[in-house]
Amino acid sequence: MIWQIELVVLLIVIICGIGAITVKDLLGAAILFGAYSFMMCLLWAIMGAVDVAFTEASVGAGISTVLFVATVFRTSRRTKD
Amino acid sequence: MKTLAIFIVLLFGGLLIYCTLDFPSWGDPQAPASMHVSPRYIERTMEETSVPNIVTAVLADYRGYDTMFETIVIFSAGVACLFLLRIFKRIEPETQLYRHIPTGITLRIAKGAEPPRESREFERIDLMWVPYDLIIKTSARLIVPFSQIFALYVIAHGHHSPGGGFQGGVILGASIILFAISHNLRSSFTRISEKFAVLLCGLGVFIYAGTGALSIFLGSNYLDYGALSKIFGVDPVTARSHGILMVEIGVGICVMAVMVHLYYNLASAGRHDEGL
Repeated sequence: MIWQIELVVLLIVIICGIGAITVKDLLGAAILFGAYSFMMCLLWAIMGAVDVAFTEASVGAGISTVLFVATVFRTSRRTKD
Repeated sequence: MKTLAIFIVLLFGGLLIYCTLDFPSWGDPQAPASMHVSPRYIERTMEETSVPNIVTAVLADYRGYDTMFETIVIFSAGVACLFLLRIFKRIEPETQLYRHIPTGITLRIAKGAEPPRESREFERIDLMWVPYDLIIKTSARLIVPFSQIFALYVIAHGHHSPGGGFQGGVILGASIILFAISHNLRSSFTRISEKFAVLLCGLGVFIYAGTGALSIFLGSNYLDYGALSKIFGVDPVTARSHGILMVEIGVGICVMAVMVHLYYNLASAGRHDEGL
């Protein structure tokens, strides 16, 4: 596998992870979390674990982002801390 | 306090990363997992279960108990969310909005007043967020059936390609959630009501556990699908493949219902009245 692509994807994973816990806007955090899941899905696919990648794409990037957005819609959009 | 927390996190994170250096490197043929467990599955799965996708065979047949209790975990998570979030007391809203469909006029009904009956002329609309866009509605209506067919394909084709009950169930649930977002929550209640969703949660687990119990009644061990050959009228190896399909259908139904039900509760804050 091309190691440059892996490195870029891994960097985006770390940036999204740090961004998701530091950003004040919870809707933005939910979107960042979705991007994080999608990049993890790419990493699983690179490592040949296609079933896990599929699960990550559907559960992590798909459903859980929607559930986060629904929760933010019903609660507050800004964090207290 | 905050510096202490950061220090502890960095310390344990560093320890974890240090420990991973002792792991066998990725794809190492000399690793214990690749030497003893994997070759057994790779060599024997096809002749024992006639399932080309080894991951599915391991998940639903060799490690059938694991997957059954995973399904039960999802089921109990759905039930726990029901008890945490659902508000059973009916709260009368302050005002209600109704749209007169032929003219497009919105009526505001004050508390205590008689609201118009829902019909072809009047439809109730949400106070907080009104999804009324022809493009979104039409494109969602186009996407939903295709994604549902794709979900059924993922469940049924899990033997041959990546996929299975969990993924297919999630995609099936996502298509219903897409419908609920693009229209509104009440119109998705008319398709899949709350009671029906909870019933499906239990039904999925029942199908999985029932397939296992069926093998006991046919004189074999629990979740030993080879015994199902007497029902399907095929040889035991093909019966294993059919048993895996039955189990995957159960998982798919349970996961779909839990996802839909979770969305209903979160989007309407447990009131099941109006929502995202």
